[in-house]
Parts: sequence; C-alpha cells; structure tokens
Amino acid sequence: MSEGPLVTANNLRVAFGRGAHAIPIVHGISFTVGREKVAIVGESGAGKSTVGRAIMRLLPPAAHVTADRLMFREIDLLAASERQMMDLRGRHMGLIMQDPKYSLNPVVPVGEQIAESWRLHHHGRAARREAFDRTLAILEAVKIRDPGRVAKLYPHEISGGMGQRVMIAMMLISGPELLIADEPTSALDVTVRMEVLGLLDELIASRGLGLVFISHDLNLVRRFCDRVIIMYSGRIVETLAAVELDHAEHPYTRALLSSLPSIHDQKPRLPVMMRDPAWLSQSGITQ
Amino acid sequence: MITDVSRQHLSLGAWLKADPPNGILHSMAQQAWRGCLRFSLHPLGMLGLAIILLVVFAALAAPWLTTYDPVTQNLLERLQPPSAEHWFGTDEFGRDIFARIVYGARTTLYIIMLVTIIVAPIGLLIGVCAGYLGGWADEVLMRVTDVFLSLPGLVLALGFAAALGPGITNAIIAIALTAWPPIARLARAEALSLKQADFIAAVRLQGASRWRIIFRHIVPMCLPSVIVRVTLSMAGVILTAAGLGFLGLGAQPPMPEWGAMVSTGREFMIDSPWVVIAPGISIAAVSLAFNLVGDALRDTLDPRGGE
Amino acid sequence: MATVTMVGGSARLAGARRLSGKLLSVAITLAGLLLLTFLMGRLLPADPVLAVTGSEVDKATYDRVYQQLGLDLPIWQQFLSYVKNVLTGNLGSSLTTGRPVVDDLLTVFPATLELAIVAILVGTFVGVPLGVVAAANRGGLMDHVARIIGLAGHSIPIFWLGLIALLVFYSKLQWVAASGRIDILNEGLVTPITGLMLVDTLLQGEWDIFRDALSHIILPGALLGYYSVAYISRMTRSFMLEQLSQEYIIAARAKGMSRRQMIWNHAFKNIRVQLLTVLALTFGGLIDGAVLIETVFGWPGLGQYLTRGLTMNDMNVVMGSVMLTGIVFLIVNIVSDRLYRILDPRTR
Repeated sequence: MSEGPLVTANNLRVAFGRGAHAIPIVHGISFTVGREKVAIVGESGAGKSTVGRAIMRLLPPAAHVTADRLMFREIDLLAASERQMMDLRGRHMGLIMQDPKYSLNPVVPVGEQIAESWRLHHHGRAARREAFDRTLAILEAVKIRDPGRVAKLYPHEISGGMGQRVMIAMMLISGPELLIADEPTSALDVTVRMEVLGLLDELIASRGLGLVFISHDLNLVRRFCDRVIIMYSGRIVETLAAVELDHAEHPYTRALLSSLPSIHDQKPRLPVMMRDPAWLSQSGITQ
Repeated sequence: MITDVSRQHLSLGAWLKADPPNGILHSMAQQAWRGCLRFSLHPLGMLGLAIILLVVFAALAAPWLTTYDPVTQNLLERLQPPSAEHWFGTDEFGRDIFARIVYGARTTLYIIMLVTIIVAPIGLLIGVCAGYLGGWADEVLMRVTDVFLSLPGLVLALGFAAALGPGITNAIIAIALTAWPPIARLARAEALSLKQADFIAAVRLQGASRWRIIFRHIVPMCLPSVIVRVTLSMAGVILTAAGLGFLGLGAQPPMPEWGAMVSTGREFMIDSPWVVIAPGISIAAVSLAFNLVGDALRDTLDPRGGE
Repeated sequence: MATVTMVGGSARLAGARRLSGKLLSVAITLAGLLLLTFLMGRLLPADPVLAVTGSEVDKATYDRVYQQLGLDLPIWQQFLSYVKNVLTGNLGSSLTTGRPVVDDLLTVFPATLELAIVAILVGTFVGVPLGVVAAANRGGLMDHVARIIGLAGHSIPIFWLGLIALLVFYSKLQWVAASGRIDILNEGLVTPITGLMLVDTLLQGEWDIFRDALSHIILPGALLGYYSVAYISRMTRSFMLEQLSQEYIIAARAKGMSRRQMIWNHAFKNIRVQLLTVLALTFGGLIDGAVLIETVFGWPGLGQYLTRGLTMNDMNVVMGSVMLTGIVFLIVNIVSDRLYRILDPRTR
C-alpha cells in the first residue's frame, strides 16, 4: 500500500487550562498509526485516553490541544472546523469505549442507536430504510444471534459482552478506516474478553482497518497488537514491535514487564517498581 | 515539617496552621478555620453574609439608628414621600418607614432564630433515628413526616397559624411545623447511607450502644448537609413569615413586621408606592442573603456537590 | 414454558404487593391528613355552635345545637363522625356564604386550576429551555442569567411582586385588567362547562369575553409561572449537567453528532422522566403561591376562599379547603409516580 499513515502526530501536547495555571497532561509526543494494530499502554494517569480523544477532538473545552502536526491522512485535525470533525467522526474514525453500561444511551433501544450512527452520515428517505437493514447486517457481523430481537432491547437488558459488540457495531456501521478502542475489554469478564478481542481481530483484518488500542494491560496487548507504545506521565518512553517486548530497553518498560506475574517464571516476590524522576525529562522516542 | 506545638509560645496564626494538630479540639479549630477561608473565596456568599450582618446590626442598634418611634402615630405627617427627614417616607399613620423597617428587622431575626433552634435539632434527630434505627421507628416517623409533607408549606402554616390564633409566637410554631420535614428527610437519607459504612460497623463491633453511635458518630457526619439545608430553608421561612404577615397572621399591629407593612400599604400603593417598596425590598434582600450564603456553604462544606 | 409462566406469575405477585403497599401508605397519609384538618378545625378560636345559631342565642337553643353537632361526644367519636361525613361528601356549610362547602369548593377550585395550568405552562416553556441552555453553556452568560432568575424567584416575595406588577402593568401602563377573572359586565354571560374560563369562552365562541379573560389571567398566571421558572430551570440544569458528564454523551459525539443534536436528542431524553417529578413538586409550590396571588389579584379561587375563611374563622371552610389542597397534592404525586414508572424503561 502506498498510502501514508492514518494518523500522524508530531509533538502533540494537551493541557488543561491556559497560561500560568495550565496543567499539562501530554508533554509533546510523536507517533504514527497505519493500517495496523497499535497499542498505547501505560498506568492510570499516563494520558493514554487523552491522546485517543485528542485525535477525535472530543476533549472538554478546558483542554487545549497543540501540536506541530496532527493529521488524519491528509486532513489537519487541529485546523479542521467542527463540521469537518463531525464528518470525520463515525465515518472515518470510530471510538469504542470501556463499559457499554455507561457508553450506550440508557433510554434508547440499541438498534436505534446503531441506525442513528448510519443516518448521521447518510441523509434522505432511502437512507432510513437502508439504516435498518444495515443495522441488522452489522449485528450479524459482530456475531449477535437473532439481531432483530436484540435491536429492540435497551442497554440494561443485554449483557456486557453483547453490549460491547453493540458498541463495536455502532462504530463500524459507517465504515471508518480507524478505530480507537479505549480499554474495550477492561469491564468484561475474562472469558468474554477473549471472544470480543477475537471478534475485533477478525473485523479489523477483514476490513483492513487501523486500530489504536488503549490499555493498561501489557500482557493483553503483547499478544493482540503489532506495535506497542509505552506511555508514562504524559510522555512516550518507548515504542517497539510487540514481538520485541522482551528486548525492551527502557527501565520503565522493563519494570512493567517484570512486575507481571508469570506461571512459567515463578519468583518468590514480585519486584516493586522504583520510579526514576529522570524518566520525566527524557523526550519521547519515536520509531 | 513537624513543628513543636506548645501552647504558650504560638501566635494565633501559627497555631491555626500548625501541622500536625495537637488533639481533637485543635484539629476541629483548624478545620473550621480552613472552612472559613474557603467560604471567603465566594464573593456572592460574602455578600449574603454581609447583608445578614447588616440586618443583625440594624436589629441590635435600632434605637441608635433612628430617632423616630416605629409605633407612635403622627397623622399630620402621613404618606410623606422619602426625604431628608424621613429616609423611606412615612406610612398611612405618619410613622417613619425607615424606623419601622429597622425595628421590623428585630421581628424577622426573632422569627429566624427561633425557627432554626426548633427545626434543626428536631428534624435532625427524627431523621437520623428513622434512618439508623429502621424498622417500625422508621415507618412511624416517616408516616408522620409524610402527613406534614402532604400539604404545601404555606397552606399548612396558614392552617396552624389560624388554628393557634394570631400572634408572633403562634406564627413561629406554625412555620416551624412546616419547616422540619425536609430536614428530617435529608437527615434520614444521610443516616441510611452512613449506616452501611464500615466505620460504623467497626464502632458497633467495639460494643458501642445505639444511642452512642447515633449521637457521637452519625449526627456529626450529617451536620454539614443539614446546616446547608437549614440555611437555604431560612430563605423560604422568611418568605412564609412575610406571607403570613401579609395575610394578617403573625406579628400583630402596631408591631412592625415587613409582610404586614406590605399588606396595610396596599391601599395607598398607587399614589404612595414607597409604603410598599421598602418592606418588599427588605424581605427580598434577607431572603436572597440566605440563599447566597446557603449556596456558598454548600460549596464549602459538601465535598460531593460538584458544581 | 411452565417455568416462564411461573416467573411471570411471581413477578405479578411482587407487583401486586408493591401496589398494595403503596395504597396502604396513601391511605395512611390520607388518614393523617384528615386528622390534621380535624385538629385544625377544632382548634380554631371560634365557637361552632355560634357559627350555626348566630351570636344572639339563649341557653336552651345553645345546648340543643351543641348536642346536635355532637360536641358532647368524646373527641375520638367526633373524629370518626367527621371522617364519615367527609367520605360521604358532606363537608358542612360555610358561615359566610351559607352554602355547603362542597358546592363552594366546586365553584372556586376550577379558578385556581386554571391559574395553575397557565402557571405550569409558563414555567415549563420558559424554565426547561432555560435550564437546558444554562447547562449546555455552563459558566457562560446564559448560565448566569438563569442563576439570577432562579435566585430572584426564590427571594422575592410573590405577593409583593404581584403588587408591583399591578402597579406597573395596570395602573401605569394599562396593559392588563385588574382584579377578578373577567369584567363585571361580562359576568354570567358564559355558561361554565369545564369551569375554566378560557376554555369555556372558546368553546362558546365568545371571542371578546375570551380576550377579557385572557387579560385578567395573564398577569397572575405569568407571575405564578415565574416562580416555578426558578425551580424548574434549576432542576433542569442540574439534571442536564448530570447527563452531560456521562460516557454515552461522548460516544454519541464520536458517532459524528452535532452538539445541539446531542443535547436535545440524547441528554434531554434522559431527563424527561425526572422533569415530570419536578413538575409534580412544582404544583405543590404553585398552590402556596396561588393563595397569595389570589389575594393580591382578587382572584376568586381556592386560595382566596381559604384566606377569607381564616379571617372569618369559618371552620368548615378552612377544613374543607385544606383537605382539598392535600388531596389534590396527593393525587398529583401519585400520578407522577405512576407516570415515572411507565415512562422510564429502566424501571419496567
């Protein structure tokens, strides 16, 4: 494929508030995402969710996003108008959130919410009919049996796993090229987690999508994703291919890896991470 | 940094900032001080507080603020517009309105203080007992509260005030009877949620009796939200009291009461509007003050109320 | 299949139990209300015998009427006979009008109802959008405007504002009419069908009288409505703020929705049911305000009836009016509670 990356970020900064009292969240990071599965991993407060939402410009108005470059394909995300962003969201970029209990509107049936996603980008009477058909089709694609019945249910009437599938369906129906998944499996039971991940994998592969997988679970992403970006305190400390994780060089990454319990490599005591303030002053390492 | 807190050698400012505090009272004093500081950051709240202090001052210093007697009639000077002699003009009996407003502040304050003293402890106690003890105590107390809540505030107060007869004490009782149910409801809700708390379970396991738990643990935790609610209720109490005065119940003539002043001034309103304007603005100002202070208190005391 | 019907059956049983529990609490509240009104009536500083006979009466007649009224019976028996009377629709007669209280109430209540309806309409159509806009522009100009309106509504005494409004709009500007529901000249020309003047005049095609009635109701109705605007807009704002911080709002925007669509099609939908409860509670406050407004505007409704009864120490009037108020309030609360259950999909 000769096309460029889907997302390009150079020196992305996000801060809350302005001027002297501004609280920086993301301290100038740079990365690209192509048609691959990229994970952004870090602990709570590292700024990973903020990065995901910054790409879609869905941060609250108090947040100020600046960058040397922040592009989705050829479009400058920082200069784009709200109209352009509305066009991008859903149609070219999708966001999958953590807990379907909260991320779906509780008083609207799920089928209607999925259909709405289509109708936001396709207008006209024909589109209404088409939305209905496409909703059923996408529900089948996410492996929900009896889509006609499920479409009429309310979010509190379906299980967590089904809810997450509905969320995926809702974001995929308009055919985006990029998916940003913000901790999509953290609220699910372990068994359901694997199913949903498998589903995501299949859909991404079959449609050739790019994925930004935000998570705190290093073990999860090393198997699932192609590349891993490690964030700490608003900075990127290391970027590497998933298969090379064991050869990570940065002490933070190494500390993360060694604090994971392993059934094969049993230790009498899990090491406690010692945070080095020096990590805060290093600039992000780009690939 | 740990400073050695020996009482004799610290100035007040240092004592308030000392870390760690030396004992429970020291800690409570420090918390109160920090609360005051937080409160002072609210400009509107400070405005409300200023108004209330002004009213208290007017009530206390009434004899010195005006030379006119609020009760003596002087028919030669009736319905005079505001002037240098009569700042707010005179009413239909020639009484100086400014004097009546200032002395009326005493009536208002009297009502507020008494209603608070009656309503706050009773509502708090009933609510906490209902919430914590549960069972039939809860049922009975809540049924009683429901009955009082089945009528809107003014109507209930009207009914009681009429039944008890005119007069300011009866009006106070009537208003108090309408003001306690919301406090009780709030206290009950707080007590219910606190009941589940682990620290209550811990104290119970230590062998504390029910009453000790209620008084020493639950009631203090309910205090902040109850204080906020009581303050906000005061705004309504003032309006209810003025309403009762307007309808002829409550303080009886010739005692100056702002609501009654509006009512008697009604006849002369078209040609002498000042008779009605001054008392109305006073009522609104005091009610507004309590609303502002209550809002600011809510921001200061209640950490959960995110605005 | 058998399992399904069993589950359905037990669910129905639980629902029936809930309903009977609710009915029981309503009955208890009603009983308490009756007790309250009974006590109020008995405590009134008026002699009920003199109310019937007049003040000039000899001892024999006095004793006879005393017995007739059952005042020699123990208090609890008096209460029981009072309850029995109420349940059979006998609320006694009024001292001042001489008519049965029930008849009086049927005449005055629609007047207050009309006022309350106008007020709620004003309150809703002004208050709800105000609250939504305030929440959507949190900290902005509209938010501050809404806050000021709210504070004013909670601080300014309604009877005083009514007087000032009369002064301005009637005396000085002559825009609206003064007291009463319609001009004296027009009284008796409209047959009361619903008791609501605006509706009746429209139904009978009396346009002039309709305009007259409108000019009479607009000021008290708008003022009463203004008071509910304060409460309604504050609650709406608070509910909306709660919704706007939810996750599904971000998900909706991520689909490509505009902010306005998100606010009205999604966030607002979630608060509609809560607003219903707010409207029910507003109603109670409206009755309070109506008592004062009716006195200021000479509006011949329940509020004025009650206050006249108070000043005249008319026991039956006071008891009847207070009880009617309580019953109406109770019904409004029950209806809103039921509606809440029906409308919110989560409670089904």
